Amino acid sequence: MIIYGTAILAICHLLGDYLGNTLGLLLGVKANVGGVAISMILLILAKEILMKKGYLPQVTQFGVLYWSGMYIPIVVAMSAGQNVVAALSGGMVGIIVAVTSLIGTVFVIRYLNRMSGDYETYSWSIEAKEKTA
Amino acid sequence: MDALIAVLSKNALVTALAVTGLMMFVSHLLSKYLTKGKLQSSAIAITLGLGVAYFAGVYTQGTKGISDIAIFSGFALLGGAMIRDLAIASTAFEVDVKEVKKAGKIGFVALLLGCVVPFIIGAMIAWVMGYKDPVSMTTIGAGAMTYIVGPITGTAIGASSEVIALSIAIGLIKSVFFMVGTPLLAKFMYLKSPRSAMVFGGLAGTTSGTAAGLAGTDVRLVPYGALVATFYTGLGCLLGPSVFFLTINALFG
Repeated sequence: MIIYGTAILAICHLLGDYLGNTLGLLLGVKANVGGVAISMILLILAKEILMKKGYLPQVTQFGVLYWSGMYIPIVVAMSAGQNVVAALSGGMVGIIVAVTSLIGTVFVIRYLNRMSGDYETYSWSIEAKEKTA
Repeated sequence: MDALIAVLSKNALVTALAVTGLMMFVSHLLSKYLTKGKLQSSAIAITLGLGVAYFAGVYTQGTKGISDIAIFSGFALLGGAMIRDLAIASTAFEVDVKEVKKAGKIGFVALLLGCVVPFIIGAMIAWVMGYKDPVSMTTIGAGAMTYIVGPITGTAIGASSEVIALSIAIGLIKSVFFMVGTPLLAKFMYLKSPRSAMVFGGLAGTTSGTAAGLAGTDVRLVPYGALVATFYTGLGCLLGPSVFFLTINALFG
């Protein structure tokens, strides 16, 4: 059943959110620390275990894959709900601080990624390509 | 007309799904015919979304973009943190565990640098621009991390509301920049492999910016970037009011 897949995803999401908030509390910050990453790790574990035992038929998988397919539309909806006016209202100071730190960040990304040097050599496995096509 | 508006408002989430689908379709056409497929349609759709959010913000004077308009209120749910995080988590289903293990260490380095670099630059520029007290410098520097770290840090160390608003604005610019700019700068940043996406996620930090930026570049990279980026805001909230503030306070206090 499709709902099994979606339910697995939902349970991982809830657990991750809970553990992320607990981690935040333990560290004394008013934020969720790595909640989504914890959900992702739980989902990967759940997938590996269920797959091995053969409890993950195509239909169940579809319950998760639907949401990953909806990911971009959801991000588009998210961007349509951003407070863009406020982003542009900080005036010159805001823009200068943002632009300068952005340039710095972009250069560090470039440096680190060039160092690891797999830009030319990396290629996705064919299986992965077919899935997204 | 009133009846139509009533239907659209009553079914807000369904309306949002329909409108989003329409936006995706328009972006697909723009990508195909205007840029000959050079710019990914998802990148165009995200930019389109931000544009719509801007005009909606000017029109409604609200803070939630298009979702402040009654018939589009479903966008707040569809694009809100709940559904967004569910969708991000679901992308992990296709993650290659080997890739994550390989990039674990550099992801951590990226995460630390991602907090330190924008903070130092932000705090320094703040000083140059005349915000010379440690509290404002720290808050503005924190805003250069994300628009969540800024206000949380500012509130914790007692910054003025003007400086807090400024820090939110800085964080929002960063997020918007990565949403729009990542696909354009992908080559410059050597962004192609899962490992490079994890480095990117650690340095860019903003969940929305990373998620949308990578989606516009190559959707297969999204889970790897998100996996690292989701630790960023928490780490920033941890470092901002503590280590970073104490350091700035010791140097400039």
